[in-house]
Amino acid sequence: MHVVWDNREAVALAFGYTLLLFLISGVLSMVLGTFLAALRVGPVAVLRLAGTAYVTVVRNTPLLIVLIFFRIAGPKMGIKFNFVDITIGDVRLNNVFTACVVGLTVYTSAFVCEALRAGINAVPLGQAEAARAIGLPFGGVMRTVVLPQAIRAALPPMASVQIALLKNTTVAGALGVVEAFARMRGLTNDNAPERISLFIAFALIFVVLVEILSLFANRLERRWRIA
Amino acid sequence: MRHTRIKAAIAVLGLSLSLAACGDAGEDNESAPDVEVKENAADDFEDGTAMKALAEAGEITIGVKYDQPGLGFKDAASDVPEGFDVEIAKLLVADLGIDPNSDSVTWEETISDNREPYLESGRVDLVLASYSITEERRQVVGQTGPYMITGQQVLVAADSDITGIEELEGEEVCSVTGSTSLENVEAAGAIGVPAETYSQCAEDVLNGTVPAMSTDGTILLGLAAQNDGELKVVGEEFSEERIGVGYSLESPEMCEWINEVLTESFESGAWEAAFEATLGGDDVETPEPPALDECA
Repeated sequence: MHVVWDNREAVALAFGYTLLLFLISGVLSMVLGTFLAALRVGPVAVLRLAGTAYVTVVRNTPLLIVLIFFRIAGPKMGIKFNFVDITIGDVRLNNVFTACVVGLTVYTSAFVCEALRAGINAVPLGQAEAARAIGLPFGGVMRTVVLPQAIRAALPPMASVQIALLKNTTVAGALGVVEAFARMRGLTNDNAPERISLFIAFALIFVVLVEILSLFANRLERRWRIA
Repeated sequence: MRHTRIKAAIAVLGLSLSLAACGDAGEDNESAPDVEVKENAADDFEDGTAMKALAEAGEITIGVKYDQPGLGFKDAASDVPEGFDVEIAKLLVADLGIDPNSDSVTWEETISDNREPYLESGRVDLVLASYSITEERRQVVGQTGPYMITGQQVLVAADSDITGIEELEGEEVCSVTGSTSLENVEAAGAIGVPAETYSQCAEDVLNGTVPAMSTDGTILLGLAAQNDGELKVVGEEFSEERIGVGYSLESPEMCEWINEVLTESFESGAWEAAFEATLGGDDVETPEPPALDECA
């Protein structure tokens, strides 16, 4: 364990990248996922089809392939993110980081969409019909009547999706971001005798991070329980 | 020194072209020197040593890299990897009385991360996989040599103005996840971009995602040669890697034997021949063999 402590700055920076990958793709995937869910339950047939196609294609593709697409195939086809170059202290958000965020967002959105759709399906049809009956347009029905109830029902699966995302960020470690997984590999390479304790230390930090996330989800669930 | 490097690059390039011209990638490279297999090798070793056991079994498993042109590289079509590490391994194998070109030798791929675990668990008998000798590693596995000394340089696109690691402070530089090279890049003030393999890094340099990649000069020369004229190696060496042979700590007697074989190859010219066939070429000056570490 002393290896982790001796390299605490590097380890902290690495987990900083892990959290940034998670937070940015988490928020973006919620936005894109909600939009996709709206497409899938909306009244326009073409958009419903588009939403379904997106979910089918992305959800059936392994994460690694989605990420490699944006990291390696993308630049060859001219999809580059060279315009992103932000430096905040030791943290640097560059084109590689952006490609990983885009990949994680695209992938996670499909799951967010489906979690949300499960929530929407849990809202009795009468609710939407009643909202339509008093003259609300589709946007209004969703925003004021259906989604507030749907989100409550969708919270547990949504938490699972976001927890999966937090752990999925490690894939970026093999594709160009020095986040927790890449840092761990560096430390195990330098400290062969400490290999096992390093694995345990990094796994423990992940357990703690996920535990914080599920605690947060739990709190929200309790707070929103009264329907 | 730098001049030699450029010449080396040209030579390696020429070598790889001549190999490519052979057509069938499955053929063994013709330039690889023949290694003489020792007869009745088992009689030369004392009872109870790991060498005796291996010589009697007539089989050995060697850990090598598959993705480093010039050192340890295996393309999809060939059965046996090629490169300087492999040639040195063949000398050791032949000294045990095993034919290095036969099926009795298993060339197991060892990536940087699993070299120690493989040696500790006995999955491989020896590791010759651009294996830098370090104090930390010597705590868990045996390492002797070095049979080669190399240093880290920078590989950039052919039209780049970068002339060395000094100019890459605060810039992205690619290297393999968890390698010493990546740490050295970060220590030099650049932003490390980890990748799974060196060829993935080269790809990133080629498509402009990162301005440069960095690792041992010998590996970079091989990559530059593979990507004909699109990449170039620049700068002075900014680290020293002592490449050695890894063995299990359970058989410390291997150290003396490995050193003996290496010393013999230094004297007989087999080491030189191996270098010339893999990393060298017509215009490349073959370096002096390095001084070996004493066995404990």
